[in-house]
Amino acid sequence: MTYVDAIRSKTTGISIRNINLSYGPLRVLKDVNLEIRSGEFFAFLGPSGCGKTTLLRAIAGFNTPQTGSVLIGGREVLSLPPWKRDIGMVFQSYALWPHMSVWKNVAFGLEERGQPKVEINQRVDDALGLVGLTHLGARRPSQLSGGQQQRVALARTIAVQPTVLLLDEPLSNLDASLRVQVRRDILAMQRRLGLTTIFVTHDQEEANTICDRIAVMKDGVVQQVGTPMELYDNPVNLFVGSFLGTANILNGSMRSNGREQIFELPCGSQFPVPAGHIDGAKLFFRPQSTRLAMVEDAARTGVVRLKGCVSHKEFLGAAVRYGIRTEGGEVFADIPHARGEAQVPDDHIVGIDIPLNRINYLPA
Amino acid sequence: MSLITKTDAVVRPAFAVRLGRIALGQYASAALIALFLIVFLVVPVLTVITAAFQAKGSGSFTLINFYDFALNDLLRRSLWNSLYVSCMAVLWATVLALPLAYITTRFEFKGALLIQTLGVIPLIMPPFAGAIAMQLLFGRNGSINLLLGDWFGINIPVMEGLSGVIFVQSVHYFPFILINLSTSLRNIDSAMEEAAQNLGAHGFRLFRRIVFPLAMPGYIAGSSLVFVKVFDDLATPLLLNVQDMLAPQAFLRITSIGISDPIGYVIAVMLIIFSVFALWLASFATRGKDYSTIQRGGGGLSKRQMTRVDALFAYGLIIFILAIVLAPHIGLLLLSLATIWSYSPLPDDYTFAHYLTIFDESPQLITNTLIYATLAGVIGVTLGTAISYLVARTKVLGAQWLDYIAMSALAVPGVVLGMGYLRTYYDVQLPWGGSLAAFWGMIAIALGVRRLPYALRACSAALQQVSVSLEEAAENIGATKTASIRRIVVPLMTGGIVAGFVTSFATAAVELSATMMLVQSTANAPLSYGLYVFIQSPAGRGPGAALGVIAVIIVGVCTYLSHAYLERRTALPARDDGH
Repeated sequence: MTYVDAIRSKTTGISIRNINLSYGPLRVLKDVNLEIRSGEFFAFLGPSGCGKTTLLRAIAGFNTPQTGSVLIGGREVLSLPPWKRDIGMVFQSYALWPHMSVWKNVAFGLEERGQPKVEINQRVDDALGLVGLTHLGARRPSQLSGGQQQRVALARTIAVQPTVLLLDEPLSNLDASLRVQVRRDILAMQRRLGLTTIFVTHDQEEANTICDRIAVMKDGVVQQVGTPMELYDNPVNLFVGSFLGTANILNGSMRSNGREQIFELPCGSQFPVPAGHIDGAKLFFRPQSTRLAMVEDAARTGVVRLKGCVSHKEFLGAAVRYGIRTEGGEVFADIPHARGEAQVPDDHIVGIDIPLNRINYLPA
Repeated sequence: MSLITKTDAVVRPAFAVRLGRIALGQYASAALIALFLIVFLVVPVLTVITAAFQAKGSGSFTLINFYDFALNDLLRRSLWNSLYVSCMAVLWATVLALPLAYITTRFEFKGALLIQTLGVIPLIMPPFAGAIAMQLLFGRNGSINLLLGDWFGINIPVMEGLSGVIFVQSVHYFPFILINLSTSLRNIDSAMEEAAQNLGAHGFRLFRRIVFPLAMPGYIAGSSLVFVKVFDDLATPLLLNVQDMLAPQAFLRITSIGISDPIGYVIAVMLIIFSVFALWLASFATRGKDYSTIQRGGGGLSKRQMTRVDALFAYGLIIFILAIVLAPHIGLLLLSLATIWSYSPLPDDYTFAHYLTIFDESPQLITNTLIYATLAGVIGVTLGTAISYLVARTKVLGAQWLDYIAMSALAVPGVVLGMGYLRTYYDVQLPWGGSLAAFWGMIAIALGVRRLPYALRACSAALQQVSVSLEEAAENIGATKTASIRRIVVPLMTGGIVAGFVTSFATAAVELSATMMLVQSTANAPLSYGLYVFIQSPAGRGPGAALGVIAVIIVGVCTYLSHAYLERRTALPARDDGH
């Protein structure tokens, strides 16, 4: 069986159930429940302090939840110490041992498992080959670039053929220019190995571009789980919506005028609302869902019209982002930029058209 | 009210002239410092080294002195003994320190403060003072052995010969190793350990493969320094009547045979060679291996909770070590207050007479100490500030060399420096009569030169904290170079300077290696020398111990003051970073 096949056949799903973790009076993880499928590239996404790294470390065994269970391939691991869980973890600082060569670093886990020398040699070569660093085996970590160090850290975990791979913010220590390429490399490797992987990050672009599914977390609570597109198009609340991309949020009140529900802005404009939305929700739509129109022209059906005055604009390359002051608040409209096309000047009164089906009403 | 200082009223000379004046002032300072270092460090050491290669009488180059050394049983044994004692002292100091370091870094331990206090206690007592007390308590007829003999009929010969020296030195230097080990362990990035655990390692394998190698360089650096200090120590073996070690042999030969005896210089060369080697080893071990990492959140090894049994064992260990560490202090105190104390576990009766003897008959011991230590401190910080400024802030050629030469004083044992002064300046006559080598000022200078490396590093660190832009801002507004140094740089360095002065003062006050060589009479003697003289006679043991207690008090107060002063300064929001 080849190296890749071995990993592919060994990998399993992860079941996280009812995890609660507190440090003294501080509750860090609250009733976390997640199902991660075998071979999936899964992200824990959220701002600093949301508990994503804590959850990752709980799976790895470096902290202990007060309640709950973590099943890896059906096996309960919470009662096991870190060295018995058969999980691979890449730390944010890579944690390469400076007193050992690259080769020794990668061989470490295999030596701990008591593998025969021949086997170790083979597997280290395979692992280094997989990350493209075969020629650097004799170097010390301090002699490597950041990107190379990260690949050694990856090779080190892959060498032991873990059931699951955990990555703790692997891109945050890299130069911005490297991040895009490195995340593509990580994705390619994950696809090739078919290894179940959890990726912790605070950067929504990273999560969106490479992960199969994302769990968005805030204050220790999982807000929503879904594919990047699901989360972007249909967020369940304002936090998820605005975390995953620029959004327009307008305050107003939900009312019923007998036949149907309407959403009324403070200025008086009213919009029909599909049934089933709750009080206290706010109007939510993406900048790229808008089109600008002349105020005199009538609005088409199925489109909501806001009126406003252009206060500033930013040229984003693919689009021009207009900041428009409306009676409901400031609205951003991303209008695709075509070569040579004129921009709407500042202080111009415009109409903003938003298709009804591109509007969400979301609680906070 | 104007920001412009009174320099504005003076006619400013042309820019080039001012620049020339600044450079002239700097070069003049550098030259003065160089002169001082050459006269009081370089030349004496070189004299000693060349004397070892000179035939007695003729002065021609020869290696015969080294042959004589090699053929002499006593000297060969002395060399071996010195090496043996130094290595064993490091070993036992580590044995005492390792469990404590492990407990503080590995466990959540409420007694951590107690361990820190433990760490300071031995450091404030100079080893030779501790030696006397240890002899009384642990010697063949000391308190402990008398009690053990009565109760169990056994005798622990811990203070016999070389073992006595090893015992005293280990107890004195174990806090140094403790701090060193704790820091090395604490500097290990916790992710290093977690990564190893993630890959399957734990327990002893984890320690052996990851923790130990990462802590090693820091430990070697610290223990090399302890090795050098024990190797060069003259007073402790002498006071314990151990003469077959290198430093005592050098002293005895020079004082009995005279400064023309070449063997003494051969010994000096040996001392220098081994000191240099140990210091080189320290820098080699740490070069390119800065294993400490800067990381956010949670440095150091992960801490565990202690079980009941663990905690019991830990406290037991601490009490045991505390007892050993406090023993010399208690013993010295008792001896200073005792009327008669021999062949009994405790003194027969108590009195303050010994202290009165000191103040009545030999008050100059204390005044001399204060004068010498103050001068040594002043020399240390003045030169330290000047050299660090020249190196860090000016483009004076060769400034870096001043730093190197000043630091090389670390490798020069006190015995050797003393010998150097004697040999070089014995024939130099002072205008008011008497040899330069016998002048009391030389003692102060020798102490200052020995403290210079430490003071220099303290001043250097303090200067690094002061941003260049602060000086530049002063000059921009109109202050001359001298004024900006005087009014801006030096005041901002005060914390480091004071710390450097106080530690120089404290260590100079109890130095006994160079002092032993240079003191001509008790009129010139500081209290460390007085202690040595008094202890020789049975009647003088009490006053000698009283001097020891005074020495401990001086060092203890200085240590406390420098800590308190530094703590107060770091608590003030006086950060200089102007960004």
